Amino acid sequence: MDWLIDNIVTLTIFVPMILGLIVFLIPDDEVWVIRRVTFVFSLVPLALALTMWFVWSDSFRIDPTFQFEQQATWFPAIGASYHVGVDGISLPLILLSAVLTPLAILASFGVNEKVKMFMTLILLMEGAMVGLFASLDLMIFFIFWEFGLVPIYFLVRIWGGADRQYASFKFFIYTMAGSLGLLLSIQIIGLSTGTFDIPELYNIWVNMDPVEFAQRTGLSLNVVKTLAYWAFFIAFAIKVPIWPFHTWLPDAHTQAPTAGSMLLAGVLLKLGAYGFIRLVIPLFPEMATNTAGLLATLGMLSIVFGGFAAFGQWDFKRLVAYSSINHMGFVVLGIAVMAYYFGQANIDAAGTQDALLATNGAVLQMINHGLSAAGMFFLVGVIYERAHTRDLKRFGGIWSILPVYGGILIFTSMASLGLPGLNGFVGEFMITRGAWGPFYIQVALSMIGLLMTGAYILKGIGEVLHGATKAEWVGHLEPMTFTEHCVIWPLMIMMLVLGIWPQAILAIINDTVSLLF
Amino acid sequence: MIEQLLNLEPQTLGALTWLIPAGPLLAFAVIILFIRNARNSWMIAWAGIFTAVVLSWLVAFNVFTDYVQDHTDVEKNPVRVASSVAWLPIGDYYADPVGAAFGSKDHTEEKSDTKSEDDSYSDEKAAKSKWVPAEKSSGTWFRIGVSADPMTAIMLFMVPFAVFMIFIYSVGYHNFGKEPGTVLGIPNHGQQEPLFSRFFAMMSLFAGAMLILVVSDNLLTIFVGWEIMGFCSYSLIGFWYARDYDDPKRTPPRAASIKAFMTTRIADVVMLMGLVFFYQQFGTLNYTTAFQAESIQAAAAASTFGKAGLGIMALMIFTGTVGKSAQFPFHVWLPDAMEGPTPVSAVIHAAAMVSAGIYLVLRIFPIIAVGLKAAPAFGWTIAGIGAFTALMAATIAVAQYDVKGVLAYSTISQLGFMVAALGVGGYIAASFHLITHAYFKALLFMCSGSVIHGMEHGAEHVHDHHSDPQDMRLMGGLREKMPITFWAFFIGGMALSGFPIITAGFWSKDEIFAEAWFVWTADGNPIGIFVFIMLALAAFLTAFYTTRQLAMTFAGKPRSPLAEHAHESDRYMTTPLMILSVFAVVAGWVGIPDNFLNTPIEGGFYNWFHHFVGATLKTPIKELKEAGYVLHKIETLPWSWVPLSASLIVALGGIALGYWMYWRKPLEEGEEDPMIGILTPPLHNFLHNKWYWDELYEVVFVKPTVWVSEVLVYEWIDRGLIDGILHGVSKGVYGLANVMKNTESAVFGDAVDWVTFKIRDLAQELRSLQSGKIQEYALMSALITFVFSAFFILLRSGAFNGILN
Repeated sequence: MDWLIDNIVTLTIFVPMILGLIVFLIPDDEVWVIRRVTFVFSLVPLALALTMWFVWSDSFRIDPTFQFEQQATWFPAIGASYHVGVDGISLPLILLSAVLTPLAILASFGVNEKVKMFMTLILLMEGAMVGLFASLDLMIFFIFWEFGLVPIYFLVRIWGGADRQYASFKFFIYTMAGSLGLLLSIQIIGLSTGTFDIPELYNIWVNMDPVEFAQRTGLSLNVVKTLAYWAFFIAFAIKVPIWPFHTWLPDAHTQAPTAGSMLLAGVLLKLGAYGFIRLVIPLFPEMATNTAGLLATLGMLSIVFGGFAAFGQWDFKRLVAYSSINHMGFVVLGIAVMAYYFGQANIDAAGTQDALLATNGAVLQMINHGLSAAGMFFLVGVIYERAHTRDLKRFGGIWSILPVYGGILIFTSMASLGLPGLNGFVGEFMITRGAWGPFYIQVALSMIGLLMTGAYILKGIGEVLHGATKAEWVGHLEPMTFTEHCVIWPLMIMMLVLGIWPQAILAIINDTVSLLF
Repeated sequence: MIEQLLNLEPQTLGALTWLIPAGPLLAFAVIILFIRNARNSWMIAWAGIFTAVVLSWLVAFNVFTDYVQDHTDVEKNPVRVASSVAWLPIGDYYADPVGAAFGSKDHTEEKSDTKSEDDSYSDEKAAKSKWVPAEKSSGTWFRIGVSADPMTAIMLFMVPFAVFMIFIYSVGYHNFGKEPGTVLGIPNHGQQEPLFSRFFAMMSLFAGAMLILVVSDNLLTIFVGWEIMGFCSYSLIGFWYARDYDDPKRTPPRAASIKAFMTTRIADVVMLMGLVFFYQQFGTLNYTTAFQAESIQAAAAASTFGKAGLGIMALMIFTGTVGKSAQFPFHVWLPDAMEGPTPVSAVIHAAAMVSAGIYLVLRIFPIIAVGLKAAPAFGWTIAGIGAFTALMAATIAVAQYDVKGVLAYSTISQLGFMVAALGVGGYIAASFHLITHAYFKALLFMCSGSVIHGMEHGAEHVHDHHSDPQDMRLMGGLREKMPITFWAFFIGGMALSGFPIITAGFWSKDEIFAEAWFVWTADGNPIGIFVFIMLALAAFLTAFYTTRQLAMTFAGKPRSPLAEHAHESDRYMTTPLMILSVFAVVAGWVGIPDNFLNTPIEGGFYNWFHHFVGATLKTPIKELKEAGYVLHKIETLPWSWVPLSASLIVALGGIALGYWMYWRKPLEEGEEDPMIGILTPPLHNFLHNKWYWDELYEVVFVKPTVWVSEVLVYEWIDRGLIDGILHGVSKGVYGLANVMKNTESAVFGDAVDWVTFKIRDLAQELRSLQSGKIQEYALMSALITFVFSAFFILLRSGAFNGILN
């Protein structure tokens, strides 16, 4: 047991990867076995993540920093080490990845082409995602960051829709373009401080002496910090994505296979937001404070333009894809509040409350969006598999044919809409409340986007389910299968539970967030 | 036994209050998950709402007993039941927050720690940690909970009971026990609704949400109930989601449901802002805590805008009411919402949802009162919206032919009365009218449903599927065919008209007039006389169009085969009509003014409603008055004959005019409505078409939104501008790479060629291994390397220093 606890983070990262390689050893044509074995394998990291979650509260009370830390020599020449651990911000995200992966695998039971490779890629991706969330070393972080790109690229490239080539290329190049600046900045930070260890950098890099820095590198600290800040900023802004770096998302999400969209929207978008919380703001607190207004404005623009663009879609999947931009805009708004207050010397009680609410809300909103977006993409996949179209104009009256599917779609849509009582609302409320203090203008404008959230969700429901049943669908749409129910019900239960009792996950988030302000 | 039940312990009451919404919510969950059978679904729904009625009345009567036993104590501590739980953790698990960042501790020292193999992981960590954890505090929590004060009590008395009546009625309305219909999503006339269980599930959820709103002790859970109701009204208005009309101008239910949700959502997002503003200023969303006089003064002092800041906040929250209670300019959703089944109209537009809007304003009344004193514009905004809506909707109602349409506009108009009352500070008047209106309007809606049901029966009988069974021009003579419905409709109609002394509507409207008159006479405030005149006109029209409706529906001879073959509805429908008829009369008797007809305040009449409900805010308002924040305390108004005379004249005058025009000589088949001649066709069209608000909004808001979404944001900004730049950049890079490739061959020319050819020969052999685009990849790499080298060199040289510092 102790051995397990001591190595649990490493195990959660590498077990899915190793299991993925084991899946690769199964003969190609044993599709039935491959699917089920992969699913069972994916439960292992889930069990590990859940273990961390249950162990969390006891140990945290005693040592309120990173839990389950592990550090090993890895690349001493440049000062990089293998350093992993979790805190209240990364653990919920790891849990989210571990929950969504098995569901994505279940959702892919209908994939018939190159099944083995598909399943292996998903497990590899899970490892990369967990690894990224658990990284406490910049080099490791970057490696997982890049490594995570590869599986999703192939998932879109090989199993994607008609326009998959353009979409996967755009996604890959765009993210890579951001990564280059990130890599460069990481190198400069490592070079000047002699370490890549994130917790150490929180001190060393932030309190770096300009004179010493100039002596070591021959560069001006201010210039380097500014450049590095913007490099980090853009890299993560592309990943979130923040308006106007968002146009890769609708293409990639629309073209990706169902499981790919679920994981893209569910987890991969969170990498960007997580990067802001874990790296950008703590490493560059002053610049973050100075540019918080810009970040809030971009978040607001994401909310508003994301909402409008989603409403303008007639492809159901594209509509859902744009909804991610709309929802992640709230995360960005929350992060902007964190950026504004983080590291400020004298914030009053009201400011502290703003910061705590917004930061808690941002992390919670990531989880909530992960659940509802995955659910929405899955449900789009369900109807696409039956109707072979995603054109909203061709649907109509599906509710009379698929009453259960209709109910589930409405439930999930409402969670996405942010109906109070379901999960989406809590995060949005906390962020709105936290951001009201410093950024009330942005909040007021983002309400337009919140309005559009309602508009596009109702458009989706209305066009698909309502209306008189069209003759072409009668008798052609099978009810949802047992496997499909197995995918959506856990998501729906989590949406409901987190809506009614958000402290189930928020308590852990708050443990860490309350240390920041 | 009864005495014990009326004097329960506060803890017990707290637990019971939590359970009030639980019954309907549980019923919803059970029905939606497991029940497809009609009988089981209504029985479970009834059980849920009946539990809620019993628990609600228990709690309400306990509060009332407290008041009867010691009213000064209730005035001091109006919250008789309170229970809350910690809901959202916000910061501070530790009494003394440690460290400013993720960890300022030295991590390198712990490198070996994680490999330790001691027994207890936690202890191990504790021993090694350099931290001495501070004492764990309870932390800072956002709490949610339930409470009951006199205001809650009267809502608890009214809401679940009225909803229960509607539940009973719905069973008959959906033809329970008849042959089951087969077509989903449209009305199956004369057959049992095929989605019977879904209907009762959604109605139960609706009732649960309304009860959450009523028992909440804070504005957040009020908002939760508020929005869930919004969702339920969306699903219930669009219950017949597959219904289409031949007439393209008529809104189908599914469009009506979207319109209702979106219109109210505009208001709701503003309200949400108001709530976060409230939370920020007061540090809590619990209204009892926030509205202690000291707390309001502190918030006014802290706000940049002072008392006006509180006013802005109040207006933002009030916007939510404007949407939910269908006030101008958000009133357009309510008439279309009549597309839902009639029980839905009764529950949404009478007993529950629209009342919730008024209830919200009543809950934030202290800041409304502060705003009224702080700025005249504040009062003008609220009273102006209310009074204008009341009159406008009344003018529309006189030119409608749809039996439910008249009631829809009447609802908007009556809600305008309440809002206007609040705009002149009439806390009690508004809450009184809220309660009486809920009873008689629920009654009227159900009566109209019964009429429609009868007409539909007639339509089935004569196989006429084109005539509109809701059109009053096709009715007439239903008095003999549907006697129970007639008498119930008559009683409800008289209550709505404000028939003097007997009916509930008279007393509550009279109170509003008195309040407006008081503001005019005591303060010399022109808002008072403005509201007084506008509402008097509206009340006159109300009495008139109600009598017109009664006459057109019930008087004279049947004007169509539908009416000819109509017959009385079954007992599921008529029983609730009879019960609510009683309430439509007696509910007003609890609010007879103390000094009615200039009797002495002490010893004359006793205004139970005024004193009981007034106890809710008596103390905080009194303290605010002493601090100079509000204009008036909550107390009995001085007697005046003017409002009484006004309400007598308008009610009796309106009824008399309606009688003279429509009842004395009922319409004949094919005869034109005399109203058209009186108003002249253009004006009648203007009113009949609802002042053309829908057409205006379509052009001003709906179409531009679609254009902005589809064209501006998506086509132009996303696809055109942003993607255009991206594609441009990628083309540029690709072009640059080509240029470099060509330059390279020109410069190095032949010298390289030899090598190149040799390599190419080799490559020919290895072709199967290559993608064929190796050169381009190589060039791209070279380019990127070049760019970064240049960047580093420039960086080192300090070229950016000037720009970036």
